[in-house]
Amino acid sequence: MDLAYLALLGAMLTIATPLLLAALGELVCERAGLLNLGIEGTMYAGAFSGFAVAHQTGSPWAGLVAALVVGMVAGLFVGLLTIGLGVNQHVAGIGTTLLLIASCDFINRLQYGGGSVPKVPKFELLLKDTPVASQYLLTYVAFLVIAPVVFVTLRATGFGLRLRAVGENPEAADAAGVRVAGTRYAALAIGGTLMAAGGAFLTLALLGSFTLNITNGRGWVCIALVIFARWRVIPVVAGALLFAFVDALQLQLVITSAFSGVPREVMIALPYVVVIVALAVTGRNLTYPGAYLQPYRRS
Amino acid sequence: MRRLLPQLVLRGREPRWLAPLLVLIAVTVVYAATAGPIRAAGANPAAAYERYVFTPLTNANSLTEVLLAATPLIFTGLAVAVAFRSGYFNIGAEGQFLAGAVGVSVAGLYLPDLPGPLAVPTALLLGVGAGVLWALLPALLRVRFGIDEVVTTLLLNPVALLGVQGLLNGPWRNSESGFPVTDDFGAGYEMPPALPGARVHFGIVIAVALALVIWLVMSRTATGVRVRAVGLSPRAAGFSGIGVKRVLFRSALVSGGIAGLGGACQVLGVGQQLTNEASGGYGYTGIVVATLGALTAVGAVLVALLLGDITVGAQNASLVLQLPPQMGDIIAAALLLAVVSVLVLRRYKLRRRPRHTTEVGAH
Repeated sequence: MDLAYLALLGAMLTIATPLLLAALGELVCERAGLLNLGIEGTMYAGAFSGFAVAHQTGSPWAGLVAALVVGMVAGLFVGLLTIGLGVNQHVAGIGTTLLLIASCDFINRLQYGGGSVPKVPKFELLLKDTPVASQYLLTYVAFLVIAPVVFVTLRATGFGLRLRAVGENPEAADAAGVRVAGTRYAALAIGGTLMAAGGAFLTLALLGSFTLNITNGRGWVCIALVIFARWRVIPVVAGALLFAFVDALQLQLVITSAFSGVPREVMIALPYVVVIVALAVTGRNLTYPGAYLQPYRRS
Repeated sequence: MRRLLPQLVLRGREPRWLAPLLVLIAVTVVYAATAGPIRAAGANPAAAYERYVFTPLTNANSLTEVLLAATPLIFTGLAVAVAFRSGYFNIGAEGQFLAGAVGVSVAGLYLPDLPGPLAVPTALLLGVGAGVLWALLPALLRVRFGIDEVVTTLLLNPVALLGVQGLLNGPWRNSESGFPVTDDFGAGYEMPPALPGARVHFGIVIAVALALVIWLVMSRTATGVRVRAVGLSPRAAGFSGIGVKRVLFRSALVSGGIAGLGGACQVLGVGQQLTNEASGGYGYTGIVVATLGALTAVGAVLVALLLGDITVGAQNASLVLQLPPQMGDIIAAALLLAVVSVLVLRRYKLRRRPRHTTEVGAH
């Protein structure tokens, strides 16, 4: 029984990794005043480009780098639409997601004929045979490097202060000499890179391959997590762990006999429902970032 | 150097030729941006676009296929337009469409002997009800607790799809083949064809009639004024005595009902059985349809017809030119982004920078 608990904990950390990375990316964007609904597509593009480049080169590292670049470009593309042109952020984000998913599926169909996709070399587990600690390098990096760095950067650096300032009150930030557009582009570039890293984790660590619809709404879960966390880093970590715990739990429960009567799909849907319930309970009377959804133009 | 570049300044009234010109520019941008991938796939861009846009319009048979492909998009486009018009960002039309598909299946599977004239209306009502039900929770959370509907409606989409898959892998699995599709509904559940002998079904008539009703309500009634007022400025609408929350709540439910009706018509019109592919992203494409249609009913119908045309063209191009049919989705998404991007420029005009003054303004 103890072993089952440890397996559950280990699976929780693994499943939480892509969510944590992408949710931190979304958090960075939203703290700068930008709702990036391109997250689902950016994760998808990260997953696919990581897979495709790993397949071409035979190296998961090359795949990861490619995914990060694609993510950054996707973030800057959303920036061009929302910051440069001032397009409605909902429309720009959903449009970007649709465009990225359709493009990946198009290339996938061209390259691999839409049939079975090949296996690619994937990252190895570190500390094999140790319970819980046996994880992918990216999991360690996400929890021990990226989350603390985002936390400290937002809270204690000049860049973090400027980023929060353009998200709360761009007029005041501008008057104080902060380059509003530049800071927001930077936030989207960083955010997109993190989202794509989360997507690449799915193909290069978890699966070692690619399937259609691989992200399956995880991007939307991340948006919910950021709101649930009220735009703070530590609660985002907690939220990602909560979702991952429920997901890991359902994976364990479907193989136990007591739950054999429950349809698998109900179990898979469980974490989504938990997120909605968590939002319903904790999401009341929120204070959104001051300039949320607001484009900024000097008048 | 910078002084030589023209400057964007806000313009007062916009000339009439500007919007069509900008849309033309957007179309050109989409063509240029997709030409590369089309060539990479081994086809000629001009020939491919001829297939996407014109080939489906050249014979009566494929014209009816265009109408068939446009039907679900009119429903989801109208659903999204009604919600967005009131400022309620319902991005859950996909889930509500699937809920509607499940709703008709309840009628089809458990009331198989209902006589013809009763069967279809009953099933459609159940579909509408299921769509409304699926939209209810996010709407309640929004008006009661102020919880962002974007996230909750989005999250319910994968849940709806899982619900369909759960039903098809469990209680509704086909009793003969064992495949994850329902049994055929009773004979009375076939939607009558809109034209004799064609696959296009009566759903297109319902969709167009619905668009007319929505146009009338939005442009000719007090309800329409209230919805538009809330969408333009909820604060101002509230001050002038409009029940903002009530308007949002009702728009949300009407939107869900329309999407549900779309799913219902789709199942009854095509195949009379529920499958995992009941919605191939129609709900998301509805956002494209509504936005490109300027959130108007007439616009939604026209854009849905255009995208239906491209869908049929993309299937054709996939057979003839071996171009993956996803190019149709790429064109739709690119068209959305290009058009909304250039239309933002409508509010600006180009002006030469003034000389000898230090620059103020402009970005």
